[in-house]
Amino acid sequence: MIYREAGQFRTTYVADQRIFPITQDRVAMAMLLIVAFVVVPAAASNYVLTALLLPMLVLAIAALGLNILTGYAGQFSLGTAAFMSVGAFAAYNFQLRVPGIPLLVTFVLAGLVAAGVGLVFGLPSLRIKGFYLAVATLAAQFFVDWLFTKVAWFSNDSPSGTITAQPMVIAGLPIDSPARRYLLVLSIAAVLALAAKNLSRTATGRAWMAVRDMDVAAEVIGIPILRTKLVAFGISSFYCGVSGALWAFAYLGTVEPQAFDLQRSFQILFMVIIGGLGTVMGAFLGSAFMLLFPLFLNWVLHLIVRTELRPGLLSQLELVFFGALIIVFLVVEPRGLARLWQITKEKLRLWPFPH
Amino acid sequence: MQGKVPGPVLLEVRGVSLSFGGVHALREVDFHVSEGEVCAIIGPNGAGKSSLLNVINGVYAPGAGTITYAGQTRRAMHPHAAAAQGIARTFQNIALFKGMSVLDNVMTGRALKMRRGVLWQALYWGPAEKEELEHRGRAEKIIDFLQIEHVRRTPVGRLAYGLQKRVELARALAAEPRLLLLDEPMAGMNIEEKQDMCRFILDANDELGVTVVLIEHDMAVVMDIADRVVVLDYGRKIADGTPAEVRANPEVIAAYLGVPTEADERAVAGAG
Amino acid sequence: MAFFVEVLVSGLLAGFMYSLVALGFVLIYKASGVFNFAQGAMVFAAAVTYAGLVSLGWSAWVAFAGSLLAMVVFALATERFVLRPLVNQPQISLFMATIGLTFVLEGLSQSVWGSEVRGLDLGIPDSPLELKGILVSKFDLVAAGTAAVLVSVLAFFFQKTRVGRALRAVADDHQAALSVGIPLERIWALVWAAAGAVALVAGLLWGSRLGVQFALTQVAFKALPVLILGGFTSIAGAIVGGLMIGASEKVAEVYLGPLIGGGIENWFPYVLALLFLLVRPDGLFGEKRIERV
Repeated sequence: MIYREAGQFRTTYVADQRIFPITQDRVAMAMLLIVAFVVVPAAASNYVLTALLLPMLVLAIAALGLNILTGYAGQFSLGTAAFMSVGAFAAYNFQLRVPGIPLLVTFVLAGLVAAGVGLVFGLPSLRIKGFYLAVATLAAQFFVDWLFTKVAWFSNDSPSGTITAQPMVIAGLPIDSPARRYLLVLSIAAVLALAAKNLSRTATGRAWMAVRDMDVAAEVIGIPILRTKLVAFGISSFYCGVSGALWAFAYLGTVEPQAFDLQRSFQILFMVIIGGLGTVMGAFLGSAFMLLFPLFLNWVLHLIVRTELRPGLLSQLELVFFGALIIVFLVVEPRGLARLWQITKEKLRLWPFPH
Repeated sequence: MQGKVPGPVLLEVRGVSLSFGGVHALREVDFHVSEGEVCAIIGPNGAGKSSLLNVINGVYAPGAGTITYAGQTRRAMHPHAAAAQGIARTFQNIALFKGMSVLDNVMTGRALKMRRGVLWQALYWGPAEKEELEHRGRAEKIIDFLQIEHVRRTPVGRLAYGLQKRVELARALAAEPRLLLLDEPMAGMNIEEKQDMCRFILDANDELGVTVVLIEHDMAVVMDIADRVVVLDYGRKIADGTPAEVRANPEVIAAYLGVPTEADERAVAGAG
Repeated sequence: MAFFVEVLVSGLLAGFMYSLVALGFVLIYKASGVFNFAQGAMVFAAAVTYAGLVSLGWSAWVAFAGSLLAMVVFALATERFVLRPLVNQPQISLFMATIGLTFVLEGLSQSVWGSEVRGLDLGIPDSPLELKGILVSKFDLVAAGTAAVLVSVLAFFFQKTRVGRALRAVADDHQAALSVGIPLERIWALVWAAAGAVALVAGLLWGSRLGVQFALTQVAFKALPVLILGGFTSIAGAIVGGLMIGASEKVAEVYLGPLIGGGIENWFPYVLALLFLLVRPDGLFGEKRIERV
């Protein structure tokens, strides 16, 4: 009843090309933005802001990046966290060594540095495909891990390789309270999400998807394959770099080498898969899911199992459940939560009629 | 078809040979196509027809011989360059981008014409939007021309085979090519679909001025729409002329129907 | 000079250990087209099951049989609940599913057997043997010998037997194999069980060298460069690749490591494999992928 398109005619290409062509969608999005930008910072507790929403948004940005690379361009990557690491350390070093540099410029530069590294690791992708490429990105992961721990210059000679991010200030305004940090990250996430959506519906996005679906045919049409892949690597790494910088500055405040290890890469990969490959919404849905599910599982297991368990058994059981959940997801809805949401909307359009 | 005055030569293939290891796909093939013509390439399976198309648009580089297109002679050409010079094609096994909608597939056909850089596209508002809308308009004209408006938002993977072939044609036409290479555009279609496809190809040739080279097995189609026919057999050209001339050519008949051997004649005599 | 040869030989022999793990990958990929990320977890699970059974008082051979049985059960369960529902899904889905399997296996084996480090004694002394003036570890020799035997058996199986042919058909095209009447489910169960057996052997050898602990799962990461070099589908390639990676890793560790700060064995094999890939995108022995338009 509510979600009907009846009476909504799109008579111009402009109207048809909109991100949200249906009026109800536009209204819903506007409301979501108002809640996110106005209601949440006022009403949410510090715990929710710092422990749930901040990491969710920061990781969602990385998931957006991986989505561009794997979802749109079809290039499989296991080195996402390495590019986050590059972004974090780059941002730290820029703030450290360039006096008076504005914070936002630091973030952009950090992203660009990560993009540069991404391009280097993307160069082989013209010749190697599929799993071979995945292993190449794994090499990036291990190498970057080693580099930042061994070469002391990056962490300003910190003995453990841990860096502490400098306090954030934008135009004289200190960004220290949870609410302000949240708003900063939310704004950046919103801008980057919009950019990603725009890219997906213009020539660049189509070129990516063409290369993903059948690169031989894409070449024959005139799409330059190497350049398309490199652009995907560059932009994806930019996003991951910004995410890493935000992780260091806005979320935790420190970065230890393990923060961006292989586990992190997998976590982001799962976000993208569970959320939905090739969708912008999927990055956010997946991120929320990955962060909330362990909490949920923890709570459920504690309810069921009353007796004292051997230490560590709980986390091992969680591991089993988590693995099983991934398999179930892949079997039941390989296109992820975003697809489930789409199906729900389609059913809503018909409701209360069955078909 | 009949009575059409041939324009200047657009494509000239001279002495082209191509082998894969020990297999000779093409042996010294010579022919030319005039601007505005519909030229059909026919021949038994394995005669080298697809390989010939692949050589023309640069997917394969011939071992010998040259291709002269729009006045430029070369042996090998990168497919990207071929596309930039106005050669578009379709494939035997549909090479559509299965993950995208019909509209998006057709829009990829205009990839070479879209200039705005990545940053503008990320912003969308402004020059990028203008460009996107302009090309949308052109793509819609082709969609209209081929009557696939009703499925423009459907993911191609879900379409029926005949419609997919039409979408592939639309994608090729969206590039506004001078030369259109069609590899078995009507394979697997029923009679109605074939008639529709014939009409579209002829309309493209007439209204859009596209020169067409097509590989086709259905003789009725070839006789109907082709201005000239080139016949290949085992990589060699064995006939070249109007459909009527080719149909009467004894070598062509032998290639398609086979030459009777002594044993055959004895068998026929014995059975009669 | 003798030192270099020693380093080289010990690297080559270590390479056999990598090959053992890589072999499991190759088996599964060759026969079902799936890149089994869970291979490392399988090595760990097999080893920890064996060690656990031994600690319960079972004799070595019975414990071996028991662990083998456990791996077979795992293979059957995997085929039934993971592979069958995902028939003909794109490779990335299957790969993700094996990551899920990894978690399940890791969590399960640790829940059942606990997560403390155990020793594993196979009765093979790690003492050095002197051959023509070079010191070689007895243990390495046994590992190399085992790998060689396994490879020969498997290679023979794939090339010469009817089941082996069926396996190759399945890897090529699931649908086509089904339509010819090849029993997909049984084939997959068989292959995964075989990979499980290989994982058990690898697990025993690695476990007695490193101790049975969670870090065993990371051994799989070392096997990946081996696969890149040797190709994902070649059994012989797994051996050759293993030798190359083992040797170059040892040599680099000893000669190059001290120059740039040590600890390079994590990424050095990868970079090597990457450079190699640029020249040969499908690996030394891998099948060249032909894309027809």
